[in-house]
Amino acid sequence: MDLFVNAIVAGILLGAFYAAVSVGLSISFGQLDIVNIAHPAFVIVGSYIAWILNSRYGLDPVLVGVLAAPIFFIVGALIYRIYYAAFERTGQESLSGLAFFFGVMFIIEVVLILVYGVDYRLVSAGYLSKNVDLGFVGLPLRLVVPFLVASAMTGAVWLYLSRTFTGRAILAVAQDRLALQLMGADPVRIKQFAFGLAIATTAIAGALLIMIGPVEPSLGRVYIGRAFAIVVLGGMGSIPGMVIAALLIGVLESLVSSFAGPSWAPAVAFGALLITLAVRPSGLFGRA
Amino acid sequence: MVNRRSFARAIIAAGALAFAAGALVSAPAHAAKPLKIGFSMALTGGLAGAGKAALIAMEIWREDVNKKGGILGRPVEFVYYDDATQPAKVPGIYTKLLNVDKVDLVVSSYGTNEIAPAMPIVMRKKLVFPSLFGLAVNDEFNYDRYFQIMPAGPEPKTDWSKGFFELAAEQNPKPKTVAIVSADSEFTLNAAAGARQNAKSGGFIIVYDKTYPMSTTDYSPIVRAIEAANADIVFVASYPPQSVGMVKAAREVGLKAKMFGGAMVGLQFAAIQKNLGPALNNIINYDFWVPEPTLNFPGVKEFLARYQEAAKGKGVDPLGHYLPPYAYAYLQVLEQAINATKGLDQGKLAAHMHKATFKTVVGDVKFAKNGEWATSRTLQVQFRDVKPNDMAQFSGPGKRIVLYPKAWKSGDIVYPFNQ
Amino acid sequence: MLKTRADKIFWAVLAAVFLGGLALTELVANEYYYTAIYAILQATIMAVAWNILGGFTGYVNFGSAAFFAIGAYTAVALDKWLGLPLPFLIAASAAVCGLMGLGVGYLTLRLKGVYFAIATLAMAIVLETFVTNWEYVGAARGVYILTPEKVPFFRSYIQLLFVVMLALTLGSIAISRALNSSRIGRGLAAIRDDEVAAECAGVPTLRLKLISTTVMGAMMGVAGAPYPFFVTFVDPLSAFNLFVAVNAIAMPMIGGTAHWIGPVIGALVIGGAQEAITVTISSELNVLVVGLMLVLFITLAPQGIVGLVQKWMKRRKR
Repeated sequence: MDLFVNAIVAGILLGAFYAAVSVGLSISFGQLDIVNIAHPAFVIVGSYIAWILNSRYGLDPVLVGVLAAPIFFIVGALIYRIYYAAFERTGQESLSGLAFFFGVMFIIEVVLILVYGVDYRLVSAGYLSKNVDLGFVGLPLRLVVPFLVASAMTGAVWLYLSRTFTGRAILAVAQDRLALQLMGADPVRIKQFAFGLAIATTAIAGALLIMIGPVEPSLGRVYIGRAFAIVVLGGMGSIPGMVIAALLIGVLESLVSSFAGPSWAPAVAFGALLITLAVRPSGLFGRA
Repeated sequence: MVNRRSFARAIIAAGALAFAAGALVSAPAHAAKPLKIGFSMALTGGLAGAGKAALIAMEIWREDVNKKGGILGRPVEFVYYDDATQPAKVPGIYTKLLNVDKVDLVVSSYGTNEIAPAMPIVMRKKLVFPSLFGLAVNDEFNYDRYFQIMPAGPEPKTDWSKGFFELAAEQNPKPKTVAIVSADSEFTLNAAAGARQNAKSGGFIIVYDKTYPMSTTDYSPIVRAIEAANADIVFVASYPPQSVGMVKAAREVGLKAKMFGGAMVGLQFAAIQKNLGPALNNIINYDFWVPEPTLNFPGVKEFLARYQEAAKGKGVDPLGHYLPPYAYAYLQVLEQAINATKGLDQGKLAAHMHKATFKTVVGDVKFAKNGEWATSRTLQVQFRDVKPNDMAQFSGPGKRIVLYPKAWKSGDIVYPFNQ
Repeated sequence: MLKTRADKIFWAVLAAVFLGGLALTELVANEYYYTAIYAILQATIMAVAWNILGGFTGYVNFGSAAFFAIGAYTAVALDKWLGLPLPFLIAASAAVCGLMGLGVGYLTLRLKGVYFAIATLAMAIVLETFVTNWEYVGAARGVYILTPEKVPFFRSYIQLLFVVMLALTLGSIAISRALNSSRIGRGLAAIRDDEVAAECAGVPTLRLKLISTTVMGAMMGVAGAPYPFFVTFVDPLSAFNLFVAVNAIAMPMIGGTAHWIGPVIGALVIGGAQEAITVTISSELNVLVVGLMLVLFITLAPQGIVGLVQKWMKRRKR
């Protein structure tokens, strides 16, 4: 029983982190239909920035993530300009865009290797080695802090999308482009803003990733499958759906690790995705 | 007219060129054509950290040899390509090395996955094949010209964890139960299989025996499951990211095991040691070289000083205790064998390598029949008195005490693990 | 079979290439060329196969590596179990992966667009987990395949593999061309343009999609079957390599997806460049060049090389 409770708690902590990695993708892939396979690669860039500023100046990784987010926003907006000019305008987006981001992913990886080498990178902060003991469960701050930050970030993104004008415009861009144009909003600008926002979240997600464990340039590949699975499972662009999907995958992985063989965890998580897709293709909270 | 004049001019120019070239060639007395050593190395991809560190060590060796006037009077040159940690690239690279670049000698890339694909090609040409950290590759090929520098021992799979379980058996009261947990990959599964055998022959009861995927993010559910199984000894086989995750999770969960460690790759690297800090204390893990007085082989300190200088800013392991001395040594073995046989006759080289003892920066090297070390020198080292956030502490003795094998022992075990 | 002039030229070129390949084994002993070409041929089959679904119907398969790896592991398992000769192993891999493709085809019933792509990705991960835990073929430890030192008719084993692979590649190209330029091909194109409209117009969309996924799967299996004999050591990590999937998508994209020749050109250009760069520019730059090439091509020439050529020819006609 104790083991069970602990597994659930560990799964929720992990799931919240998965949500932080996926929330940006939920916007870019879920809302804007941009198959940004390089999304996890941007997360790794975020990790490296956290590592550089942490190891040089001792800055807190979370703080670094927040500070780097605006820069990531600008980079994201620029990438969207290129993407728009090359593909969306010509109606080539889905397939060519995919290949384009494959290329971007490789470029990011290699540039990281060229500049910083391939050694594993880690950050240090006083609280990372501490534990909070709640009696029946022990919670390592290494996972609790990312959990809190991830929840805050995901919540903020969700509030922003559902409460502000620009946020609603982003949701609208996915559903009814024409209506948006009639309202006098420029869909390209809105999408540019949204993609910038999506990339900005990776700065923070990257800082969280490097708090949890060591990072090297090609680590992002591990999260491609997970992040896309979570977005689809959550129903393409529904932020609450994405959060529930992330928690579900986290808890499933954790339970399988505790009780069956950890080796089967990916099969269970992705098996769940396959079944969901077969039964309800629009995901758990699909907009379709 | 014009034609004839330009023709004459060309002849003169050619003559001058030939003369100059002749002068260039004959300048260093009898400097023959360079001796080319070919290999593939993982310079990108998953194993690039090790591959790049190895390359730095190998380049130091080349510098040293050429300073001494080369081998057989010939300057040594490397021809190498990046295999990107993709086994599929390896056959192409070795056939290119042998058939197009016409290298004189080959040595291996780093790691089992990158060594095995080269074997059939090297075997067909009957070349001596010094290899770098492949685990039991030759069990399948039985090639009598394969020489492996990693000191795992003649039975690599079981020798790997023999010391760990012998140490466990010596404790009083003797621990009874064992948990074996391993990452899903070639090396870690083989290490776990060896551990299973050693546990059985040592009379231990295996209460937990599972594998986990390389892509795991959080290890606490695994550690809790081990804790629930009440294992006295926990044997972990893992690669760097998982090693860090396991150690952190074990400390966070407060694992009550009496011995913890085994075959964790990564705990040998300075960046990870620095980050884990005191969490490492009392962990008993394998290693191949540590700066303890018992392992102070001639030349190793000087080599490491040069490696550390060269490694700066390259993003590789800054201390380089684990792999680089061996990457230097596997070329030393080759060099000494060539000098002893006074030629490149591969049969003679292999015969010599089988019977000679080589003096290298990693100590005396002698090969068994299957090309592994004749006796295992897989060290079991215990982390001791590690302080937080300090990389320099690991460059000196006292932090990683050698417990096993007895011949190299530098201190006594601290038992149990969780104090 | 030889209805038109184009047909005649096509088959003549195919025959010439194959005979040229055979002649090469007689003339050139240098094994490097065979290993290098082998890698390019393998990439070509994968690209051609991917394009049969991705290019002709517009369904993006993210899980190419899974078909490739299952093909390889089918060969490993049967080699270990029955010791069958290579042609049988290839046939068996084609059958197994064809069935897998058929299963994927039924997925298209419910899943469109990106959902389908993600489903294939998930399938690849699930299958990788199974192979990782499959003891008989070495599980995650990997498995060694020892190849014979001498083979009949050829100077070395790699020559044999090269000829086998050449034949398979030419076969794949012929099948792809036949599909592309037949009634089936027109049906597939209709699905790509507008599946619902195609269905309404009486195109048997499901049957056509099943044909193309099955053929795609079988071809990828065929590409994977000789792989264990090429590398002699297979483990799940390298068989389910991301690069296999990336190349299978990138090559048709660069060559041009609408025409059957697109993936062939893409594979020859990219595969050739990759091989050349591996042995000339060492280390990271290799991956960087491939990444840059991909990005530049995709942004500047979204219709691929074939599209560029077509545009150029149109302009010349004017």
